[in-house]
Amino acid sequence: MSAFLRLDGLVKRFDGDVAVDRVSLAIERGELVAVLGPSGSGKTTTLRLLAGFEAPDEGRVLVEGEDVTGVAPVSRRFGMVFQHYALFPHLDARANVAFGLASNGVRGTDLDRRVERALALVDLAGFGSRRIGQLSGGQQQRVALARALAPEPRVLLLDEPLSNLDPTLRERTRREIREVIHRVGITTVLVTHEQDEAFELGDRVAVMRAGRLEQVGTPDELYGAPANAFVAGFVGRSSEVEVEVLEPSARGVRIAVAGVEWELGDVSGGALPAPGPALMLVRPEALRLTETEPGALPVTIVGRRFVGPSAIFTARTDGGIVLEVAAPSHAVPAGARVGLMPSRRAGGGIHLFPSSPK
Amino acid sequence: MRPRFLARVLAALLLAALVWLVVYPLVLVLLEGLRDPGGWTLRYVRLFFERPTEWRALWGSIWISVTSVVLAGLIGIPLAFLFARYDLPGGRVLGGLVALPAVLPPLVGVLAFLFLYGETGFVSLLVQRLLRLSDPPWRLQGAGAILLVHAYSMYVYFYLFVRAALQSIDASLYEAAASLGAGRWRTLRRVILPQLYPALGGAALLTFMTALASFSAPYIFGGGFRVMPTQIVATRLNGDDRLAMVETISLTVVALLALWVFRGARPGDSSGGGRKGAAPARVPVRSRPLRLALAVTGWGLAAVLLLPHLTLVLVSFVPLGTWTIEPVPPAYTLRNYVTLVQDPVRARPLLNSLWLATLATGAAVAVALAGALLSARRRIRGGRLIEALLALPWAVPGTVFAIALATAFSVHAPWAGRVILVGTLWILPLAYLVRNLPITSRAILAGVRALDPSLDEAAATLGAGRGRTLRRITLPLLRPALLAGASLAFVTAFGDFVTSIMLYTYDTRPVSLEILSSLRQSDVGVAAAYGVVLMLVSAAVFAIGAERGGSG
Repeated sequence: MSAFLRLDGLVKRFDGDVAVDRVSLAIERGELVAVLGPSGSGKTTTLRLLAGFEAPDEGRVLVEGEDVTGVAPVSRRFGMVFQHYALFPHLDARANVAFGLASNGVRGTDLDRRVERALALVDLAGFGSRRIGQLSGGQQQRVALARALAPEPRVLLLDEPLSNLDPTLRERTRREIREVIHRVGITTVLVTHEQDEAFELGDRVAVMRAGRLEQVGTPDELYGAPANAFVAGFVGRSSEVEVEVLEPSARGVRIAVAGVEWELGDVSGGALPAPGPALMLVRPEALRLTETEPGALPVTIVGRRFVGPSAIFTARTDGGIVLEVAAPSHAVPAGARVGLMPSRRAGGGIHLFPSSPK
Repeated sequence: MRPRFLARVLAALLLAALVWLVVYPLVLVLLEGLRDPGGWTLRYVRLFFERPTEWRALWGSIWISVTSVVLAGLIGIPLAFLFARYDLPGGRVLGGLVALPAVLPPLVGVLAFLFLYGETGFVSLLVQRLLRLSDPPWRLQGAGAILLVHAYSMYVYFYLFVRAALQSIDASLYEAAASLGAGRWRTLRRVILPQLYPALGGAALLTFMTALASFSAPYIFGGGFRVMPTQIVATRLNGDDRLAMVETISLTVVALLALWVFRGARPGDSSGGGRKGAAPARVPVRSRPLRLALAVTGWGLAAVLLLPHLTLVLVSFVPLGTWTIEPVPPAYTLRNYVTLVQDPVRARPLLNSLWLATLATGAAVAVALAGALLSARRRIRGGRLIEALLALPWAVPGTVFAIALATAFSVHAPWAGRVILVGTLWILPLAYLVRNLPITSRAILAGVRALDPSLDEAAATLGAGRGRTLRRITLPLLRPALLAGASLAFVTAFGDFVTSIMLYTYDTRPVSLEILSSLRQSDVGVAAAYGVVLMLVSAAVFAIGAERGGSG
């Protein structure tokens, strides 16, 4: 395959602990891949291996077929936006943006022109002479982006680019970043622990856990067809329930949830699991509230959270199983005894996985 | 990778240089104390233990140092509380004035005390006249005089450390204690005091070490009362070099014991770490009489603290031989200052101190910067050892290092790493350099640690090589730390007396020794003029270091 950027079996150990475990990933030119994972999953180390700050114990990094594994960060021509921006506090915005260009020998009017262009790209045209301390968090973020892009790097690396911003600013900045990156058309790897960020920014999302890539795919693929329970649990909201798979049925599969039999039509998660204990991950919208009728799982409503026009209700069975279910805000009062059934249009919101030997 | 290799080579060279300059001379002292031309011997150790004068000097050093800590604490801690917690009339100015003893180099402070409280000092004569006594009311001599000078010059450590610690305590801590029903005393005892332990420990250690190494005050005021540093110098003057080595070792052992006792305290680290929340607002003093009383006490105190500085300035205008028994000098002149500039013999010590201190400071900054970058930035193996060696001279009194360097570099034996430097121009800058490594490197190391490592990485991703990153990013950002470290080093070297008195030559005689000889010739005006110059230069350099170096 002729991917633009290839991570080929990268392994990194720190004092015997494996931080990055055989990570391989092929990224097309101009593609934005978001590496998503909880803290300690090895995503930042992967980014540092890409940037060249760490040397992998095994594996290679290739750009357009060229092996850059041993190339120092200075000569790698990868731009990077750091988590805390790492802007040079003694220089103004313009000098920060000019730094990389000047390192590469750009001088004079050419330098000025390219600095102004980079600042304009991030919508900071009039801010060149501001000291870093005089800029807001969002502006600093954009200066960092302009600084990384100005020398026209081959690859752009973003390390938790939004984690330092106010939640109210994040959404806007996320849109701006996406727009700038797409306008420049640069191949980008972004690392984040925020699912929203990964899903909105990434053309593809790579979910990482314990140093390994669990699944790589478009947001739709990850949501609709998670490869395993971790991905299903990490991506989107879902409840985990231990169930018993009884037998395949005409329309799908029959399972038992706390003694109540449900027939699931549209079950994703790869092959249907063999009869026996299994782990069910179910999205709130894949369940519906009913009367306490036969075939419905009897539960008590114990909580409610508003999410726009609808709400997510927390329901608990007598056996202590907790499930979340989406319904119109005022569907039932707290404390009500109701039933739960799989929604008729579950639409891939229920996933069965082999019971993990915990 | 190649840069890594270069860093390793640099680190190895630095390590070797530090071992040669810091460790090796001390080891030689230890060996020389245990040998004589006939081979290994415990004769001098036995001699040390048999002589009561030795014991008295060692004991004198210890109790003077402990008492200095107590006195300095008794003055400095209440002052710190007063200025950090209460909003006094003129509190800001006073709070600054209270730190003024710090700009007096040790010998200059002693000189000022002599003019003030000595037999013919202003205050002594004033008291004598007022009480119509036939003799001076006191003699500024012995342990009491030493303690007076120590208390005056060392309470500043307690004051500055405790004030900084108090200001860094989050206001919400007081509020939380109050909301939990703790009264003022309970809050102080159970909440505030524990927060101050590091500052108190740091100040106590610093005071103890400074008092233990103190030389100027015991040398001028000691009379028959000896502490170990003056005893060592006397023993060397008698020609008992090997006994002096044993004395040196005993002083070092006491210093190391003190470090061990206070091992939890890290002086100077109070500025490190992230500080959250706001400092508590100063409590305004509302009651009028109390305000008045505090103001009078505060300004009175400031006057007492400023008296030495003012005295020095006044005496520096006294012409030679005109001031004998009058309570206030009868005549004034600018001649003393003119002499300092015009008379080449008088100007020489100033120039000497200037170039010696400049050279030593430049070298100390370079060594400390290299050490700090290699250890804290490049995380080179052996970095910890480099840091330890840079800090080591702090644990060793100045007299000890002077003896050690004099021992190591008075023999020509290149194969053993020894060359003759004693008697040359180079021994003094070298001694100043070694003595200044700890303070310089502490300031610079703190600066390097505070730098975000990702700045280096950012520069690298932007294509900047190591040289460009150092020049354009690291050094500009370290400027405050470098200036702070350099100013501390320069001031110490410029006013140094303790190492100079043992290692100077006529050609390199520094200001401090010229002050001493002017004093011996009863030329108090010139001595004071030198003192004023030292004081002003110290103050100016401190101001530069503090202003450019931010609040540190």
